[in-house]
Amino acid sequence: MEPARTLLRRFAARWFEDIDGPLLGIALTLSAIGLATLYSASFEQPARVGNQAVNLAVALCAMWIVARVPPQALMRLAVPAYALGVLLLIGVALFGDVVNGARRWLHIGVTRFQPSEMMKLAVPLMLAWYFHRKEEGLRARDFALAAALLAAPVLLIARQPDLGTAVLVLAGGFFVIFFAGVGWRVLAGLGVLGLASLMPLWGLLHDYQRRRILTLIDPTQDPLGAGYHIIQSTIAVGSGGLAGKGWLHGTQAHLEFIPERHTDFIFAVFSEEFGLIGNCVLLVLYALLIGRGLMIAANAASFFARLLAGSIALMFFTYAFVNMGMVSGILPVVGVPLPLMSYGGTALATLFIGLGVLMSIQRHRKLVPT
Amino acid sequence: MRKAPLRDLERELYYFQLRVGFAGAVVLVAFTLLLFRFFYLQVIQHATYASKAEDNRISIVPVAPNRGLILDRNGVVLARNYSAYTLEIFPAKVRDLERTMRELGELIEVHARDRARFRKLLAETKNAESLPIRTRLTDEEVARFVAHRFRFPGVEIKARLFRQYPLGETASHVLGHLGRISVRDRERLEELGTDAEYRGTEYIGKAGIESSYEQELHGTAGIEQVEIDAAGRGLRTLARTPAQPGNNVSLTLDARLQQVAESAFGDRRGALVALEPQSGAVLALVSKPTFDPNLFVDGIDPTQWSALNTSADRPLNNRAIAGVYPPGSTFKPFMALAALELGKRTPQSTIFDPGYFVFGERRFRDSKPGGHGSVDLYKSIVVSSDTYYYQLANDLGIDAIAGFMQHFGFGARTGIDIEGEALGVLPSPQWKMKRFRRPEQQKWYAGETISIGIGQGYNAYTPAQLALAVATLANRGTMMRPHLVARIDNLQTGERRPVTPVSAHVVPHKPENLDFVVRAMAGVITDGTGARAFAGAPYTSAGKTGTAQVVGMKQNEKYDERRVAERHRDHSLFIVFAPVEAPKIALAVLVENGGFGARAAAPIARAVLDYHLLGKLPAALEKAAPVDETDEETGD
Repeated sequence: MEPARTLLRRFAARWFEDIDGPLLGIALTLSAIGLATLYSASFEQPARVGNQAVNLAVALCAMWIVARVPPQALMRLAVPAYALGVLLLIGVALFGDVVNGARRWLHIGVTRFQPSEMMKLAVPLMLAWYFHRKEEGLRARDFALAAALLAAPVLLIARQPDLGTAVLVLAGGFFVIFFAGVGWRVLAGLGVLGLASLMPLWGLLHDYQRRRILTLIDPTQDPLGAGYHIIQSTIAVGSGGLAGKGWLHGTQAHLEFIPERHTDFIFAVFSEEFGLIGNCVLLVLYALLIGRGLMIAANAASFFARLLAGSIALMFFTYAFVNMGMVSGILPVVGVPLPLMSYGGTALATLFIGLGVLMSIQRHRKLVPT
Repeated sequence: MRKAPLRDLERELYYFQLRVGFAGAVVLVAFTLLLFRFFYLQVIQHATYASKAEDNRISIVPVAPNRGLILDRNGVVLARNYSAYTLEIFPAKVRDLERTMRELGELIEVHARDRARFRKLLAETKNAESLPIRTRLTDEEVARFVAHRFRFPGVEIKARLFRQYPLGETASHVLGHLGRISVRDRERLEELGTDAEYRGTEYIGKAGIESSYEQELHGTAGIEQVEIDAAGRGLRTLARTPAQPGNNVSLTLDARLQQVAESAFGDRRGALVALEPQSGAVLALVSKPTFDPNLFVDGIDPTQWSALNTSADRPLNNRAIAGVYPPGSTFKPFMALAALELGKRTPQSTIFDPGYFVFGERRFRDSKPGGHGSVDLYKSIVVSSDTYYYQLANDLGIDAIAGFMQHFGFGARTGIDIEGEALGVLPSPQWKMKRFRRPEQQKWYAGETISIGIGQGYNAYTPAQLALAVATLANRGTMMRPHLVARIDNLQTGERRPVTPVSAHVVPHKPENLDFVVRAMAGVITDGTGARAFAGAPYTSAGKTGTAQVVGMKQNEKYDERRVAERHRDHSLFIVFAPVEAPKIALAVLVENGGFGARAAAPIARAVLDYHLLGKLPAALEKAAPVDETDEETGD
């Protein structure tokens, strides 16, 4: 017995030494809640839950593989990944498939693929690599170039148009720049500039994007059109009350009043069935996940690893905050899923790969910096 | 020097950790913001959103009540309901209406007239819930659609009640018909405060009994609370308040008598109103041509509608109460009574009838060339002397005539319980003053009084008014308000509300004068212008023929029926009641352009009396027997 046990332990140590327990525990808890909510949301298509479980398994494998890759190796991937991503985005702009009025997909052989998805990780990777090389002394020029590296893919994605992903990629890149130490004054200046650029930006928005923002201000203006999502999801959240209507008992979800209830609006389903208490649990779990990520960043061994870890940790924050904000009606409706809970394999894989990167960084925190 | 980079690194790490701390603070602030939002929605506003979710979930579906039946006096069903499946489209939920209709057409037969009707409804009704594209689906069609339902969002099968008139065209003007509730109907219902009862109802009475007894027939809507999904599909019923069916309405009408009367008309246009003198109960009310009210049941299609509406025969017009005609010689018995009551004539006084009456420079022609010779009051009615009544009218004067005729209800609505009654014209100087604008037209000329005496001139009455006048005569001066409804039954409570006859007026008169007129009218049947039509009748009756000019004749011009266009021929009239001693029925018949009263109208009256008094059905429901023309010349 004893040797077998040791063997098992040694085996576990050998194969799972890279896995960060707290991070995995929180992520799996959120995923489990996600599956349960998905089950309730897709009572008419139970196969979805199975599909998502498979997606989860695939994503866990991806995480495990990435967690075994040391940060140095990741650094080498930065430029090729970024370059490939931008090339693919240009390819999408030229040859992509149009789905629901947006050109987001690229045909690769038999399957379609959204290059914008990979940019969620490739952009922070690229910027972290860039700042790492210039670690000795960062100047304004470097930040300007970094901003340009960020702007290119963001604009390409926004043009598709895919406002949700553009916001996420922009946020991911911005977090790297922020952690790299861009001056507070510059940040304040950017804030002012951002507000000032809202006016001309309005002109660049697509009609449906403008409608979404206008509907946020007054959803009742268009109760059956653009306002429908917000009105129905707000009703779902509000009617959930303190303790919720109970699992599988949400009327808004089960009578199909909540649109896109498997994907972007799954939080409305959760919130209706589990109420304020459930929401608090969810917020705490996300806060713990983000906190663990930020802790990993603070303890990371290299400048590159710090920047990347910080950005990935805050990526979860962006996802969670934008999604919950939009479902509860304080942010405009942009296509941002609820991390680890919304149905969809690609987003799940991206998030778990992100977790894998964090785990790799955590695992290699004691190594001598380059 | 060696130490500097290390210090830099430490400082760098410190700054980085500072920023991580800042980021963590931002995360906490942002999540706190979300928490406030959740608290606001889920605790403070919880009640509001909870009720909104309930409103979403529960739909109040009105349940249309069963419309009451309409029965005749013997319990024969004249209007009933049947349930049938209809295919309905919710226009608001269908994206491409044309395509949906085309694809539906491939699955289920949708005729061009169905499509036309649907478009008409779509144009007429705004914000309607659902509109029928096909009605009365067969079971097979229902099954076929259900199998393909998923292809047609916004299209549904509904079980609906339809009105049915089993006797078809019989009594269509009495029964009226249903039609879709129009904007104006809605407004009227809102005024009445009954609009809530019509939430599930699509049709409403548009004419006849269906309209005037709408409130009795309709019933009270029920309510179902149905759980629905976002697509509006009903999932299950949560609560139910059943609808209360409408009341059954029993008519005074005898459906068989009505059929006898209608078939006696054949293809001719005209009207007949038969009353029970003692009660005012309407036994038959005919307007020809008729129409089939079943055409209106599921929304009449535009071609049929315009055919009915634009036909020169005006089948939708209820001639019995809305058509006005000069009464012709049927006016004479009332003139005779006026003469006796006002002391202008006695039964004994005679005049000489040379075949014309001269007033100033005008000669008023008698219908019998050469005249009737010496004529007393009795003979004046029996042979229908025009000259006698020209003189009489002149002697009475227009004011006296108008004043007396009011007692018999001429020129006033009878008060019958269906809508659309015309007023008619009882000519008088006051009427003329009101009717015309220019002063020279407003003046009453003494010469105009002359032809009033024979029921011509400005005289214009509805067949119902004429029938009421005869019935009043038959009832020895007591006028009973005509009514079509005998009883209203509430099936729920078992309550039966019989309609009590209402005495509308009593004609002031001396009984011997009235008896004299009745005797003369009986003479019309036994020896006069009605004798041929009533030859061999085993009951006594009192009547009067009438022939009313449609086009004015020049003086001395001979009326030649064969040369006058059909529409310009005289109207044929007949009034009668029977039996004389104890009248059971009084009626007025009018045949448009029927020529002599004795020829066209009297045989119809005979058929009706034979059935009502003897139960005798016409051997074959043939047209009135052709009559030797020369024999008729003695009439009117």
